[in-house]
Amino acid sequence: MLTVKIDGKTVQGDPGMTVLEAARRAGIRIPTLCHHEGVKPYGSCRLCTVEIADGDRTTLQASCCYPIKEGLVVRTDAPAVVAGRKLLFQIYLARCPEVQAIRNLAEEWGVSDSPFESANEDCVLCGLCVRACAEAMGAEAIAFSGRGTSRKVGTPFDFPSETCRACGACTYVCPTGRMQMEAETVARLRRRIAAERKCRYMLMGMASSKLCPNDYDCCHCSFDQTMELRFGTHPVLAIASTKEKVGAQFVKPRQTVMP
Amino acid sequence: MNAPSPILSIQDLECWKEEGQRALSPGIPKVTVGMATCGLASGANAVFDALTKELPSSDAIIAQTGCLGFCEMEPIMEVFRPGKPRVLYRNVTAEMAVALATGAADGKIEKKQALCTLNGCPEGGPKAVLKGVPRLEDLPFYKKQEKITLSRCGRIDPESLAEYIATGGYFALWKALNSTAPDEIIAEIENSGLRGRGGAGFPTGRKWRLTRNAKGKEKIVICNADEGDPGAYMDRSLLEGDPFAVLEGMTIGAYAIGAQEGYVYVRDEYPLAVQKLNKAISQACAHGLLGDRIMGTTFSFHLRLVRGGGAFVCGEETALIASIEGRPGEPRQRPPYPAEHGLWGKPTNINNVETWANVPWILSHGADSFRRVGTKTSKGTKVFSIVGKIVNTGLIEVPMGLTLRDIVYDIGGGIPKGKRFKAIQTGGPSGGCIPEAGLDLPVDYESLTQVGAIMGSGGMIIMDEDTCMVDIARYFLDFLKEESCGKCAPCREGIARALEILQRICRGKGKENDIETLEAIGRMMKGFALCALGTTAPNPLLSTIRYFRDEYEAHIQDGRCPAGVCRDLIHYRLNPEKCTGCTLCAKACPQNAIAGEKRKPHTLDDTLCIKCGMCYDVCKQDAIWKE
Repeated sequence: MLTVKIDGKTVQGDPGMTVLEAARRAGIRIPTLCHHEGVKPYGSCRLCTVEIADGDRTTLQASCCYPIKEGLVVRTDAPAVVAGRKLLFQIYLARCPEVQAIRNLAEEWGVSDSPFESANEDCVLCGLCVRACAEAMGAEAIAFSGRGTSRKVGTPFDFPSETCRACGACTYVCPTGRMQMEAETVARLRRRIAAERKCRYMLMGMASSKLCPNDYDCCHCSFDQTMELRFGTHPVLAIASTKEKVGAQFVKPRQTVMP
Repeated sequence: MNAPSPILSIQDLECWKEEGQRALSPGIPKVTVGMATCGLASGANAVFDALTKELPSSDAIIAQTGCLGFCEMEPIMEVFRPGKPRVLYRNVTAEMAVALATGAADGKIEKKQALCTLNGCPEGGPKAVLKGVPRLEDLPFYKKQEKITLSRCGRIDPESLAEYIATGGYFALWKALNSTAPDEIIAEIENSGLRGRGGAGFPTGRKWRLTRNAKGKEKIVICNADEGDPGAYMDRSLLEGDPFAVLEGMTIGAYAIGAQEGYVYVRDEYPLAVQKLNKAISQACAHGLLGDRIMGTTFSFHLRLVRGGGAFVCGEETALIASIEGRPGEPRQRPPYPAEHGLWGKPTNINNVETWANVPWILSHGADSFRRVGTKTSKGTKVFSIVGKIVNTGLIEVPMGLTLRDIVYDIGGGIPKGKRFKAIQTGGPSGGCIPEAGLDLPVDYESLTQVGAIMGSGGMIIMDEDTCMVDIARYFLDFLKEESCGKCAPCREGIARALEILQRICRGKGKENDIETLEAIGRMMKGFALCALGTTAPNPLLSTIRYFRDEYEAHIQDGRCPAGVCRDLIHYRLNPEKCTGCTLCAKACPQNAIAGEKRKPHTLDDTLCIKCGMCYDVCKQDAIWKE
């Protein structure tokens, strides 16, 4: 057991635990956009940055990536952290002024408007969808392309993906609701009666019944079970939940990944 | 070639050494042309061709070498005659090359074209004394320099293993493999005080020890040759002029760390460096200096060259590793550091070209000789490329602790056209601008960091009074905006937002609290960005605000660009009293904004003017000025 101090509270954790996990275990709030328990830490949104004193060295570090160490002293409310976080929220607000999830999170941290020019984007490039697709589901159907300000998420060359299996993991983890599947496909899935929803690939015409190596035994399907284990959901549920999460205002067509 | 291969014993090395010495000081005249990228750019190829075509091979040997650093004087040609001082000619053209070479061979020295005389390399042979021609050491450009890493550049043929060995090469590796334990080598490097020359200045010995002690059987060493700073070419010059030094340094490092595998990551924009390195690697492999059982010992080390795809961010170590692995070049959060978890998950030691090239020198001359040079915290020498508004553009190697003033005025020769010095930018696009008041600063890692700049890999850009500091900050952020990988929001968005504001200021649309907003963005990026590119990106911005705040204020409050650079804020005016009516400006103006009769004062129509500055450049009467 390692003992660290976060905002004056003494917190204990196992080796390999990150500062963010330790803080959340102790009930200390730290905002995040790119963090999800189902995938490895990535450190791209930087909202979880905190001040960490390790011996006589005090630095600002992304808490989601920083493993705890005996004797660390962490401050989530240091002046540099508060000021930087506020500016970062303003930058996010300017990038995605219409995304409710960002507005809610920013408001929670006391930021409601931005001095910067609005860009009207809906993707924060947190990379959760890309990581869920590659790391958890093993599909690698989507990835980042472009560099710097022209960075974006998409299928290779923006062609319909050959490897996408419509599991819905990307839509499920997306914090802003940008990742969505083609409405038509989802609708096709939904029109089926529950008893017939044996395998989404078969239902979507991607595989004939002979092709399922598991004989449509979803409980023993690695794909289906990975989803359950990593994200606590099932493909069909994942797709359905996206609509709930983003609310009614999010109906315009978004990035599509369907084949 | 009579020298034995593979090289298995110290006698074999001595054989190679003798052969190399014969090549360096042959029995007949020898003409050497500097053919690194800077030489080629100023026409060394034509000189070389003319020499090979017109000089019979029985009369003289024609050879090539790397860059001596004095880029302003390229193409440079060295003429050697047995028993006579070596003479260096400057700005040689194909037309004069043959005459100079044959003339010198007959004992006629063209003093007008001669730059200096040279000592032998290695030391020995006749002393460089010739009436009317200075010695290399006495030239102001070289006087304050001290060459450790660049000692062979421009002196030996970079493609000749024999010449490398003749100048002391590979004896350090022999000593290391045969009589020194890995721990002793690391101790020696630690003792020398060598720090990483790539920018951050992490102690090299400590880095090696961390990798050596890291868990894992297989270890890797990497040479970072992804030199992407605009205006910086230290590593390129080293790889083009002395590639074997880097290979030897890496082999010694691999032995000390316990690595069997190595990579050199070179940016593909350096075709000549790639070519020289490939030749050096294949020669080293052929003669038992790389590969299995090096020099007959049980130690094996395999080296591969990987070419980068042109991303600035791949100079960051974790992005470089990702790039070698075949993934997009994006940094990841450290810890874990590459020393624990690097390429393919194995402990990896990454050093840059210059750091590796220092290693053989330290082992053969001893840590104490290295420690003697430099300051308390920064030991040894550092290679800088000095470019921009400076008389002697070039590549220099100076002891740490020399002041910026020495570099700018003594070595660099000051600012051309009698203009005033304004600022010096160190450390590439993410370095800071140091004003005149900081010129007496000793150049070492700590001092530069204190004033808001960084050592970086060693690029120095000198700016004169005609440079607008707001425009400079805008320029560097524009570069970084293109080169940020975009993974983390503070860097990607922060640079874009800061640039947005700077562009507005340059257009004269600055707002009251813009400076404060820029400072806030800069501070946030310094603390919040993921990698060194993001945390150092605001340096040009913050340092120009810190030292040239009045220029920002002039742009914002008065709508005025004091240096007369920002187009939207300047107006060209014609002084009718000075104008002689020569019509030069009227002919140059693409907009026909200038009119007037011959020999009568002209007029300039501001509404048509697009502020291209053509009239300003052509006017010989100073009748046109910027407002």
